[in-house]
Amino acid sequence: MTRTVTDVICPFCGTLCDDLEVVVSDDGKELLEVYNACAIGAEKFLHSQAKDRITRPRMRQEDGSWKEISYDEAIEYTARMLTDAKKPLMYGWSSTNCEAQAVGSEIGEVVGAVMDNTATVCHGTSLIAVQDIGIPSCTLGEVKNRADRILFWGCNPAHAHPRHMSRYSIFPRGFFTGKGHTGRKVIVVDPRPTDTASVADVHLQVEQGRDYELLNAFRVAFKGEQLPDVVAGIPKEKIYEAAETLKSGRFVIIFFGMGVTQSLGKNHNIDEAIAVTRDLNEYTKAAIMPMRGHYNVTGSGQVWGWLFGFPYAVDLSRGFARYNPGETTSNDLLRRDEVDAVFVLGSDPGAHFPFSSVKKIYDRPSVAIDPHETPTTEVCKVHVPVAFVGVEVGGCAYRMDNVPIETRKVVEPPEGMMTDEEFLKHVLARVKEIQGE
Amino acid sequence: MAIRVNLITGRTIQQGVSMEAGKEKPAYTTACGIIELDPADFKKLGAFRNTNVRVTSKYGSVIVKAVEATQGPHPGVAYIPMGPWANMVVNPNTYSTGMPTFKGTPVEVEVAKNEPVLGSLELVRKGCRGELA
Ligand code: SF4
Repeated sequence: MTRTVTDVICPFCGTLCDDLEVVVSDDGKELLEVYNACAIGAEKFLHSQAKDRITRPRMRQEDGSWKEISYDEAIEYTARMLTDAKKPLMYGWSSTNCEAQAVGSEIGEVVGAVMDNTATVCHGTSLIAVQDIGIPSCTLGEVKNRADRILFWGCNPAHAHPRHMSRYSIFPRGFFTGKGHTGRKVIVVDPRPTDTASVADVHLQVEQGRDYELLNAFRVAFKGEQLPDVVAGIPKEKIYEAAETLKSGRFVIIFFGMGVTQSLGKNHNIDEAIAVTRDLNEYTKAAIMPMRGHYNVTGSGQVWGWLFGFPYAVDLSRGFARYNPGETTSNDLLRRDEVDAVFVLGSDPGAHFPFSSVKKIYDRPSVAIDPHETPTTEVCKVHVPVAFVGVEVGGCAYRMDNVPIETRKVVEPPEGMMTDEEFLKHVLARVKEIQGE
Repeated sequence: MAIRVNLITGRTIQQGVSMEAGKEKPAYTTACGIIELDPADFKKLGAFRNTNVRVTSKYGSVIVKAVEATQGPHPGVAYIPMGPWANMVVNPNTYSTGMPTFKGTPVEVEVAKNEPVLGSLELVRKGCRGELA
């Protein structure tokens, strides 16, 4: 017999879909089917069952091969590495629950680490902008029920957040949006005609890296002032028209992604996007929201927000929290050789950092905590596999709109396998012991 | 024949699915060890679809397979899905923001028919040990 677990939360992207159904074997050990998830979410659940999964910690040998070690040995190595280091970097945190993030933060505090999360390579610049000028935002529920003008700027949810458009932004029928997508106008700004652009009413094919100019042109257009004939590759008539579309809406939502955060201009692009939102509020109701990638990157910002006062790049090495993006951020620290050990949990810098930074991780004592085999585990000295959060253990995660949602455990992890939280608790206890010696 | 294009990186659904299925598997290389080129740029390059090419920037160099962009046209703009291949050539400078400049790296693309596209683990391992050509 099998049983179906309903209302399962998907632990992949910041949309944090909460309507999955998962069929498991009666003994709760095998995961058989996943319903309602997108292709990526389904793959995440099913991959937890991979037959070749690594289930025991391992350490890199001199000749490059792996040697299996016990959890105790892995805990000892990690605790020693962190206490021996002058300024360790503890990076990641976006693919785990808030409970583990809290324990990790305590370790960071005790050993004087720099704590950074994946925002550093995705919405870090958005966080800088928000601290500069604030942000008028809302929840995804409000988007679904109220928004009749949707602007996707430099993001491609069709590929990165596959169910975002059907659950919240374009297609659903809500309380005041009973006509679904026919009652909405959708504008996409992107240098490529993406699959998201193909379902929009208007696509503005901005020249790559010229977002600031176009955003600024929107502010001019709102006021009916004069524009040059072409701005950032877009004819002015199209800009005036799109500006009018936005002004005439009852509720405008701007979603933005890596197109603006990772192009030159960075935080200034987002400053300007927020200013566009503020200007729109003179005519109608408007809100803006970053499309967060990892399912709990928002949560790690929340946890550090309430513990340290800053959402990422928190330097605890002097015994109190310092925050200075550009200085206390992972890639800058690695580039300047300012950290002497690297601990990674819940992300994969080996795949997603520029290679020059990956090489720096390889050159240092390093530990990677990850259920998967990844380019990060490939360059670290110790790899500790753990249970999948949201699949084999529950815990709190924050959706992209800052709504906390309790993820669910649907199957048992492989025998004898630790969770992130358990592993971190052991490391914390050992660190305290070592420091007491 | 080499062409110069502006490189951007980002997610694709194949990148997401193959990443969750295991980054050590060949499907991840198929999904991310590629460069999407506009048909007009293919013409300039004088190469067939699905030819291996060398992509070089000021910051590094990598072999990937050139495929035709499905989300086009966008002449002059090339796309490598986020992952270790793209990260061999992106601009790592953060200009005091913490954020490397993942989008908008000028790169040169040239045909490298007989050079293999490495898997993700092999690519970072060889890169770290200084074993890449
Ligand atoms: S859209 Fe995101 S949260 Fe929803 S099923 Fe897909 S990956 Fe999971």
